Amino acid sequence: MSTAARLALVAAGIAAGAALIAYYIASYLTQTPPVVAATGNMPSASLTLQTVASLGFKPHPDWVSYLAKNPAGKWVHSTVLRVPAHSTINVTIYQFDTATGLRNPFWGEPRGIANATMTVDGKPLKVLDPDLASHTFAIPDLGVSVPLKGVADDAKNQCSVAPCTLAEAHTTVKFSFKTDKPGKFRWQCFVPCAAGFPLGFGGPMQSLGYMDGYLEVVG
Amino acid sequence: MTTAASAQIPRHGIRIVLIWLVLTAIAAPLIVFVLGPHLPPGNMTSEAGSQRDANVLLTALLVPIALLVVTFFVYSFVVFRNRTGGIVDGPPLFGDAGVQLLWIVLTGAIVLALAVWGSYTLIVSSHGAGGGQGPSPVDQPKGHEHALPVQVIAQQWEWTFRYPTYGGFESRDLAIPDNTLVAFHVTSLDITHSFWAYELGVKADAVPGVDDIAYVNARHTGFFQIRCAELCGLWHAHMAKKGRVLSLPAFQAWIKAAKQKNAVVQKYLAPYSDVYFPAPLRRAG
Repeated sequence: MSTAARLALVAAGIAAGAALIAYYIASYLTQTPPVVAATGNMPSASLTLQTVASLGFKPHPDWVSYLAKNPAGKWVHSTVLRVPAHSTINVTIYQFDTATGLRNPFWGEPRGIANATMTVDGKPLKVLDPDLASHTFAIPDLGVSVPLKGVADDAKNQCSVAPCTLAEAHTTVKFSFKTDKPGKFRWQCFVPCAAGFPLGFGGPMQSLGYMDGYLEVVG
Repeated sequence: MTTAASAQIPRHGIRIVLIWLVLTAIAAPLIVFVLGPHLPPGNMTSEAGSQRDANVLLTALLVPIALLVVTFFVYSFVVFRNRTGGIVDGPPLFGDAGVQLLWIVLTGAIVLALAVWGSYTLIVSSHGAGGGQGPSPVDQPKGHEHALPVQVIAQQWEWTFRYPTYGGFESRDLAIPDNTLVAFHVTSLDITHSFWAYELGVKADAVPGVDDIAYVNARHTGFFQIRCAELCGLWHAHMAKKGRVLSLPAFQAWIKAAKQKNAVVQKYLAPYSDVYFPAPLRRAG
């Protein structure tokens, strides 16, 4: 093979590698869900989320997912949330999914929230029966972990397609936590709730926009 | 080989050996007495101390070998460097069966001796703490029947700890008393993790359905790092926390406080068992 041919081959290999890297970066950037800002500003803001058993639309209609309500009151398929720094964040989560259960009852105890107490359907609760849990809302780097009570298996009028409405069977979980300095924190459901994936931790559990997201704390 | 070259080789060999001996005489005591006390994993437990002693010995044995190789190369680069600039063949080498045999026997003996020593340290003098011994430990320290059992439970992605002699309560925090033999019973609720308590000299796999036992006897109070040493998923890096070695009175006080702190969860705990097979797999098989 001539020197020119060898150089051309190497150049083609480098170009192919660069194209793959560019494709990966572009895919990552374009697939990142939109940012949903909390309602309100420092020193107090509110986040409203819902969890659904199956999203109901593409690209993964049968994946379990979170949704967030934007300040205009519209449900957005996103888990990238923006909240103010040095503030109390009041969170309301409408839980439309049924129970999965916890592998360790310790996950049933809310942590990192005001008064170590959440309210479930208006009642204060310091620990959730592990068999009744459906998901958790956890921000490990902020020490926040809150179990979410599932809808009873035999509940009537269960939601099948997101976004679900309050007319459908749900539980309401409320709690507050405090933010400190600005930063970007990953949050996650820690219940192995990904149906059809090894040990329940694949697919939606590791995909932004589903059971995995970012909390952007901004100054 | 020319007559002149033959006459020079012994002198070079003696020089290399002398330089090597001097360097080794300087380096070996430095390794043992200066670097040695700082080698991992420290001296917090008798088991960690045994592992550190093994590391000191291994390093002290490896340094002369490394020095021999380095001395030979540096000497060759300096003395046998071609100063003429011309490319010429050197004298032919035919090898020396005696030297080759000596090298193979010596290095083989060192490797085998270190394997025996390392195995002895892992299994006997550190009571298997460095790797865990499974449910039926091969070597058990004296008084093991009175050891304080502490169950280490791994799960994605958190460590929890149960104390069966104190009612089986469970805690997110780990504390053990000093000067007390502790038997860690390491298991997992989901996938394979690895309980690595660095300063204690403990690294035991946490396997679902397996009670992996490791003994430690802490020599003094203090903090120790806990890590998961088995890549276990998205939040593997989050499985890190600090444990504590407390004096016996402080440990008893800690037990009392920890029971109160975690009381709200205790009623939901499964009865204490060597292993657990959590039932909630309705969704995730």
